[in-house]
Amino acid sequence: MLKIIPSKQNLPAKDRKTKNGERFIMSIISVTGLKKAYGAIIAVDGISLDIEKGQIFGLLGPNGAGKTTTINMLTGLARPTAGKIFVDGIDGIKNIKKVQRIIGIVPDESNLYDEMDGFDNLCFCASLYGIKKAEREKRANKLLEIFGLKNTGKRPFRAYSKGMRRKLTIAAGIIHHPEILFLDEPTTGIDVESARQIRSLILDMKRQGTTVFLTTHYIEEAERLCDTVAFIVDGKIIKKGTIDELMENEGNEHILKLTLEGSVNGIISDLQLNFPNFRIKPGGNNSCFISSVERPSLLPILQYLDKKGISVYEAREIRPSLEDVFVKVTGIEAAELKREKEGVRK
Amino acid sequence: MNAWIAYWNILKKDIRNYYLKPPNISWGIIFPLSWTLMQFIRTPQAGAAEAKQLLPGLMSMSVLFGTTSMLAVTITFERRGRSFDRLLLAPISITAMVLAKISGAVLFGVVMAFLPALLAAFITDLSGISWGMGIISVLLMSITSTLLGLAIAVSSKEVFEAQTYSNFFRFPMLFLSGLFIPIDNLPVFLQPISYCLPLTYGVDILNKAITNTGIMNVWFDCLVLIGISILLFCFCLWNIKKKWIL
Repeated sequence: MLKIIPSKQNLPAKDRKTKNGERFIMSIISVTGLKKAYGAIIAVDGISLDIEKGQIFGLLGPNGAGKTTTINMLTGLARPTAGKIFVDGIDGIKNIKKVQRIIGIVPDESNLYDEMDGFDNLCFCASLYGIKKAEREKRANKLLEIFGLKNTGKRPFRAYSKGMRRKLTIAAGIIHHPEILFLDEPTTGIDVESARQIRSLILDMKRQGTTVFLTTHYIEEAERLCDTVAFIVDGKIIKKGTIDELMENEGNEHILKLTLEGSVNGIISDLQLNFPNFRIKPGGNNSCFISSVERPSLLPILQYLDKKGISVYEAREIRPSLEDVFVKVTGIEAAELKREKEGVRK
Repeated sequence: MNAWIAYWNILKKDIRNYYLKPPNISWGIIFPLSWTLMQFIRTPQAGAAEAKQLLPGLMSMSVLFGTTSMLAVTITFERRGRSFDRLLLAPISITAMVLAKISGAVLFGVVMAFLPALLAAFITDLSGISWGMGIISVLLMSITSTLLGLAIAVSSKEVFEAQTYSNFFRFPMLFLSGLFIPIDNLPVFLQPISYCLPLTYGVDILNKAITNTGIMNVWFDCLVLIGISILLFCFCLWNIKKKWIL
């Protein structure tokens, strides 16, 4: 049995066991009943979250769902209307300045200084955390190298490409070595290569023990990076869990894809008659999909087709993706979500 | 100690990014220079002699125009570009951050105020001026004008809005604070307004320091300016917390 409990400063941030053998994992971010209202408009409606230390957590949802407002409340840019926030055991509402010492924030739009060059921007951001000159210059140089910006370090920020701006903003967010990094849409609107590098850097940060709180509308990105995700729609968390849990609970239909040597015309209805427990649908290119709640047994189907003299070219089990789960749970098409976001940016 | 590193670097960044830019420096030079030239053109013989009389007004004007617009515009500009969020998200208190932001503008105001004095030194005798009193006056005027600029910045969303609000406060002060027209010479119904304006008290100290013609007690002037500064500072802090941390 695994439970997540809010961490307290006086407790060691590691796994603990109780007398009855239950294993507890310390959560580094604990949010209870968090609400934000702007007059009559409720942007975030009583959400509760527990994020485990060292994990990548993804908050997924359409535009206006409350993702950025949630991040703003957790980082001190917005004041919650109700609810509690604890970050590494520190009260995030009463002691936000203490929280800000251990967090790094990368907003959805780069917010560095256009007039300053990359190196100076990084040094300035480090100085805001009280880092001394020699150390901040050392860290800035190292980060410029890691992010592949060494040759452009003396170029004004305004002359950076979109991908470079994003990378430098992430570098600025981690220059003070935060325990938790908030990333709002880190790869939106940038080129494929830069997005790939950023994803790889996020995974590196996780390996180094940083907890990452990520919002994205790229569901496949969340699936690839995140340990746990939550779907937020209209300010409410409608589903949360690990990727595996969500797939298991929501993507509860097993699907088998058969590709035949010849055409599937006429065979579908025949198969459906003989295997009434399965739902059989035609696919493209001589293929068909066999789905059921129970895992379909392949052997009887292959034997039946063999008797009919039909050769099977390929048989493959189709795993549902996080996107399938998202669509099922929220009713929002993932493509629509992406289009909506890209449209807003344009 | 850590807060000092942040404070010093915010101040350094503002000076480098905004205050040392040629357009801002030239504004500080051109403005008083054009007023002095205007005086010479109007009365060529009396020009040099009157330069000393004009100095308190020119210095006050340089402070007023230098500080109010600079802070109002730079903060609104940073807010719009969202770089200001970076300061709000840093682990330094809002008080320390606001102090760092206003320090740059105050320094700029002080430097701008002494440019007319530097120009005047070439055309008239500046001996007999109480420079200590002059510095105190310029410093206090810079602080109040900067805080007025900050109050405008907190209330504005766009740069043009900040400029409009700045002018709304600055131009009446030009004519009602005793810069060029003594308050006693103003219509009676305008005189109470003059005494509500912080610049009136700064100009009064400067008049005392440069031409020995102040009308109020210098300590009283200082106390009023300090009081207005404290009130404006508290108002700005309260408004920042209310408006910028939504």
